[in-house]
Amino acid sequence: MKIFVLIKQVAAQGSVVKIDGDGRWVEETNLVFTANESDNYALEEALLMKEAHGGEVVVCTLGPERARQVVKDALAKGADRAIFFRDDQFADLDSNALGEVFARILREEEFDLILSGLQADDTGEAELGPILAQKLNLPHVTMVVETELPDGVIKVKQELEGGWFRFVEADLPALLTIQSGINQPRYASLKGIMAMKKKEIREITMADLGITAAELSAMQSITRLYIPEKIKETTFIEGSAEEIATKLVDVLSNEAKVI
Amino acid sequence: MGDRSFRIRGVDYADLSTLLSDEEILIQHTAREFVAGEVLPIINGHHRHETFPGELIPRLGEMGFLGATIPAEFGGAELGAVAYGLLNQELERGDSGLRSFVSVQTALCMFPIFTYGSEEQKQRWLPAMSRGEAIGCFGLTEPDVGSNPKALKTRAVRTTDGWRLTGTKMWITNGSIADLAIVWARDEQDQIRGFIVEKDFNGFSAPLMKGKFSLRASVTSELVLDGVVVPDANVLPGAVGLSAPLSCLTQARYSIAWGVIGAAMACYESSLKYASERIQFGKPIASFQLTQEKLVWMLTEITKAQLLAHQLGRLKEQGQLRFQQVSLAKRNNVWMARECARLARELHGANGIIDEYPVMRHLMNLEAVLTYEGTHEMHTLIIGEDITGIGAFD
Repeated sequence: MKIFVLIKQVAAQGSVVKIDGDGRWVEETNLVFTANESDNYALEEALLMKEAHGGEVVVCTLGPERARQVVKDALAKGADRAIFFRDDQFADLDSNALGEVFARILREEEFDLILSGLQADDTGEAELGPILAQKLNLPHVTMVVETELPDGVIKVKQELEGGWFRFVEADLPALLTIQSGINQPRYASLKGIMAMKKKEIREITMADLGITAAELSAMQSITRLYIPEKIKETTFIEGSAEEIATKLVDVLSNEAKVI
Repeated sequence: MGDRSFRIRGVDYADLSTLLSDEEILIQHTAREFVAGEVLPIINGHHRHETFPGELIPRLGEMGFLGATIPAEFGGAELGAVAYGLLNQELERGDSGLRSFVSVQTALCMFPIFTYGSEEQKQRWLPAMSRGEAIGCFGLTEPDVGSNPKALKTRAVRTTDGWRLTGTKMWITNGSIADLAIVWARDEQDQIRGFIVEKDFNGFSAPLMKGKFSLRASVTSELVLDGVVVPDANVLPGAVGLSAPLSCLTQARYSIAWGVIGAAMACYESSLKYASERIQFGKPIASFQLTQEKLVWMLTEITKAQLLAHQLGRLKEQGQLRFQQVSLAKRNNVWMARECARLARELHGANGIIDEYPVMRHLMNLEAVLTYEGTHEMHTLIIGEDITGIGAFD
């Protein structure tokens, strides 16, 4: 099995975010960055497949220099090599353009599977996987919660809405987006970290891709980013039990109109 | 060396990350994640019930946290001194008892077997110890012998095919769960020697010491040696004289100098969060100058302690570290952490004494850390002797 795993570096959960000056992204200066949560599960699933069936796990990360951290972390956890799309010109690309960037490199590679997390914790679009599958003409399944690899095909359990699941079989090569909770992601061991130093990180810039800015023109853009605005107030009803009950019935029937 | 965007987690006010390699930073990250995921959820229960989290031992082995500095051929991860220090920092950010377990296994048991042991002893014990399948303890301190190990009373008498050990050891971390004890005893020529005493040797027992207010999530024991016969194969051939056990203590004190920074960080981080969220007089208590002064004191002392520990680590990596410098760092950093814990306890008000917050647990733990591995006072006198040339003890 040769498995590519797409990992994005995002601000750690629990970060206190502030909107930046032009109101279209967040101030990054004091943020702690880490690997996107569902991408961790994708990496673990790939490592488990490799341990069961043999092969190679290659991580692909796109981002500024700071994203090297998630590349190295994945190598320390057991990925064999990495492709690091490291170019500030990759910033601000939309999902379609990002799909094009990844597709350029992945077309050069042979692989059985591409895994990514379900969605990025920062933008929450869940688009890159399906877009990349389309560009590479691969079958894809989103929201995968179980995988099985009989000969030549991938069988997965896909989460649907309302507690429903669907079992899907796809030919290889294929692309899966992985739901958090599918497995128990490992920590990087100290030996893994020491072994990481010897592993290959292939760095790719815009120039290496032979791709023009025009080919990557945005089909969508962020126009405004804002902290959710408080629009509701809690009202405290005071008085005796009878007065409170009367007022509550009045509010529920005339203001909330639920009774 | 790493760039500024690749940083250690937590307190790094002096941008120490710029002095660290990517590997060192990743080791800090992985240890911090391990402690957050595996240790913090269970540590209060163990602290309350005065039990050691033994369920963590195989996990510590898998992570490579046991004997992390020794060569790979014996199961180690060949960590440098700074990386090993960061590991200890993160473990003690969880609990001093956990860091003590790892320090004892690594610095007080695996280090002497690696340094003073025979090839057979290394092969037999070190790989199993690195996996957590064999647990070690270190028997130097005795009921009547603490700061003055030269006076140790445990006797080793030569027999036809080995040695007979008689004596009592006290305050021994890991004692009751240990598979082997590195025991230091005086032979008939008045030489101090090191022995590997196995738990099932006749005459050996390790009763648990109970009733501790400190290091409650750690096993502390007596070792009773009632004519224990130790075969020649279990004598550490290279360990003759007091310098051998003292060299082990230097290793352990180094890990303490780093570890307590983690305890102080836990107290500081909890304090900063609490001060920002606790509202009194209509505003966060972080608004008050008295609170800010406490936070700034903690941050300043933690930063100084980090810089000291880092420099010692680099000296250690170059083989230039002197034991008196380790005394300086153990003495300063433990005091610093204890003061941080006390300030954090005050800053948390009534909440400072309850185990919903980590502060009181660290404060109680640090009382033991202040005394073990050389009391604060003894380290003062070691440094005093070094700078004046006049020994104030002995």
